[in-house]
Amino acid sequence: MSTSISLKLVFAVGIGGMIGAISRYSIALVIVEDSIFPFATLIANLIGCFLLSYLLNHHLLKDKLTPELFTALTTGVIGSFTTFSTFAVEVITTWNTSILLAIIYLTSNLFGGLALCYVGYRISPSIRRATS
Amino acid sequence: MNFLLVACGGFLGSILRFYISIKANKHFLGTWIANITGSTMLGFLFHFYSNGAITDGLWLLVGVGFCGAYTTFSTFGNETIQLLIAKKYRTALSYVTSSMIVSIGVVGLIVTLL
Repeated sequence: MSTSISLKLVFAVGIGGMIGAISRYSIALVIVEDSIFPFATLIANLIGCFLLSYLLNHHLLKDKLTPELFTALTTGVIGSFTTFSTFAVEVITTWNTSILLAIIYLTSNLFGGLALCYVGYRISPSIRRATS
Repeated sequence: MNFLLVACGGFLGSILRFYISIKANKHFLGTWIANITGSTMLGFLFHFYSNGAITDGLWLLVGVGFCGAYTTFSTFGNETIQLLIAKKYRTALSYVTSSMIVSIGVVGLIVTLL
């Protein structure tokens, strides 16, 4: 499959990525962590999971926005707002203080994230599901 | 200045993830590769940052900005839900368990062994 990606689309994703990363960093600055449980990443991941599934299934919005803007918003902003690498590192750092807290942190990211993705998908006004 | 470093890292990280997801024939494979390699990279970086071997600036640029944006939890979650909706339960289960075990396992190894 030969896909040619337009420079405009790449740039749009990058700009979205800047906004997403700054938002995630801002949450980490605002939330004063007690250094025992990493709330900031959990909050960013949960909000992002809901928003991404909601937007990706919102076909009306997808039709209204340009492909560049839609991809910038989903893959760029929300993709960068949530993070897997910090999550993985924080599971290990939490594990070093409390194994129980590490398990709680892992499961709340995983099952909370999946549940919110499903909620976002379900409440998204999709044309596709209107008949089912 | 801190915001600028995070933003620059986020710009590059999101573009690389986007590029890989397009090159991988299945999108969740691209996310899998990005999440595993990004977690590995952050594991090393975290080790050197805890040691004081790298500066705050480099941590913000590469750790918080680049690795943070290069890896993603929302796409991972959305792809898993889409696999479950399509009744591809085994693929969904392998996707979730391999993403979790490999990324956390590798970071654990880096932190313990280095």
